[in-house]
Amino acid sequence: MGITNNFYEVKNISFSYDGNEIFSDISFSIEKGDVLCILGPNGTGKTTLIKCLNGLHEIDSGEILIKGKNIKKLSFKEISRNIGYIPQNHTPSFPFKVIDVVLMGRAPYLNLIDSPRKKDMEIALNSLKTLGIDNLKDKEYTNLSGGEMQLVFLARILCQQPDILILDEPTSHLDFGNQIKLLEIIDNLAESGLSIIMSSHFPDHAFLSSNKVAIMKDGCFIDFGSPNEVITEENLKKAYSIDVKLIELENKRKVCVPLKTNFELSL
Amino acid sequence: MDNDSKDVISIILLIFLPLILFFTSFLLGRYPISPIDVINTILCPIFPQLEVSPTITTIVFEIRLPRILAAIVVGAALAMAGAAFQSIFKNPIVSPDLLGVSNGAGFGAALAILISGAGVVTQMFAFAFGIISVSVTYLISRAYKAGGILILVLSGVAISAFFSALISTIKFIADPDDKLPEIVYWLMGSLASITIDQLIMIIIPIIVGTIILLTLRWHMNLLAMGDEEAQSLGLNPTRLRLLIIAGCTLLTSAAVSVSGIIGWMGLIIPHMARMIVGPDNKILIPASLSFGASFLLLIDNISRAIISIEIPIGILTAIIGVPIFLYLLKRGYSEWA
Repeated sequence: MGITNNFYEVKNISFSYDGNEIFSDISFSIEKGDVLCILGPNGTGKTTLIKCLNGLHEIDSGEILIKGKNIKKLSFKEISRNIGYIPQNHTPSFPFKVIDVVLMGRAPYLNLIDSPRKKDMEIALNSLKTLGIDNLKDKEYTNLSGGEMQLVFLARILCQQPDILILDEPTSHLDFGNQIKLLEIIDNLAESGLSIIMSSHFPDHAFLSSNKVAIMKDGCFIDFGSPNEVITEENLKKAYSIDVKLIELENKRKVCVPLKTNFELSL
Repeated sequence: MDNDSKDVISIILLIFLPLILFFTSFLLGRYPISPIDVINTILCPIFPQLEVSPTITTIVFEIRLPRILAAIVVGAALAMAGAAFQSIFKNPIVSPDLLGVSNGAGFGAALAILISGAGVVTQMFAFAFGIISVSVTYLISRAYKAGGILILVLSGVAISAFFSALISTIKFIADPDDKLPEIVYWLMGSLASITIDQLIMIIIPIIVGTIILLTLRWHMNLLAMGDEEAQSLGLNPTRLRLLIIAGCTLLTSAAVSVSGIIGWMGLIIPHMARMIVGPDNKILIPASLSFGASFLLLIDNISRAIISIEIPIGILTAIIGVPIFLYLLKRGYSEWA
């Protein structure tokens, strides 16, 4: 097996479910500290792709390499030491304390017959402190706001001490302000050396925190590269079938403004 | 600091509650025995110099001890299995007979009573069919590609109904003068006539089941978050759930095989325990063990001491359990509203 320098590499992967192809021939790679944002319309297969990237679904063909190792050859435990994952939706269960939820992130390092020890507790408390939510420690996680809950899950995957975070629409349940806060946290985590793959519905978010962007449409990447290269009026039109105006603010930051389509219901 | 002292109180309560009930239970019954007699009798095999009357020895060791131990073992087993099932099925209104163990065991017992009538055979058939019905449920659910918890629960409902129909069939063909009342009485659940030999027969499944649930208890928390999250945290959710179901089935089948069907314990005890110690299974499973043992012992004591006619304990647990359950609902168990 040849040694690759790539941190996380995806080669020509395809996946189908019940005979329907969800996506095919997707390839990309990311390095340490990269933030990849996957954009694309509803139902294009972003969530399915994400679940393949972290090994929850098994791909039909192609390869996913984590630090040169094929994901198919790794156990769930080995994958979970490398990749932390936050799903798009969480169905709340029993009212566990926040600290108990965060402690679950230590499972990749524990045997089935073990439970967390003092050292694990310290790591869990540290990840709460990193995100500035140690005051929530003893609260029931089921009673938190959407923003707080997202931070608790983020604390849990930090507790997993992975190299790669895979986040499925991490901002989708957050209000305007919390979206930006979360993106800034993601930025910080990337600077500390974590690689992040996330999906989003907002092209603006890619300008804010990503250095790589993929646009997915009908099960393929139609473009992949830096935000400035990929997020163009032309590409957004292709992806979302609407006209979008890109505007540059004074500080060189770009924003996307969707234009009205003048669509009318035939009532 | 507050939390720590609360924990200490909970732990003391969890250890001493069943112990105190264990000793006081020997005092109850038609033949009055003083506390000192009880202590002397229990210590007698260790310190032979103590003098105890043979009548009291017989009552303590042959009549009261088996029944007290049975209440402890059956109560603890059902409550632990209930707590584990509620966690791994992400559902607080699940009880240990979800996958068909009770009706399977009931069918086994009814069949044994019909063709044999010997107590040992009844117990073995009940135990075996409890395990068989859960195995069938599990295998059916695996046959569906989509798998998942929902299919498992639905095949549990189906298998349960199937064995329930078989029980009715046996009742229908059983001799109404001797076999039928025996079957009906068994199905109602009772601790009245349990012997030490019967308890010895279930020691191994009870110990194995308890060890499985106690060792895996922290990881049950992860299953309660859903399979995808559990897997992303490095677990194989299907395999872990199978192990826990196996442990629960050993416990429930063993318990039901000596006591008959005792409802509500496996549903309300985990609830009470969760209200006191919280949902973390690391504490919840041992707490359910302790509360289950104490609660069934308490109910059995009530049936022995307060009510002069012997009511099958399966009926009492329902009569006492239902109002408690409704009270717990009213207390605003809002988390799963």
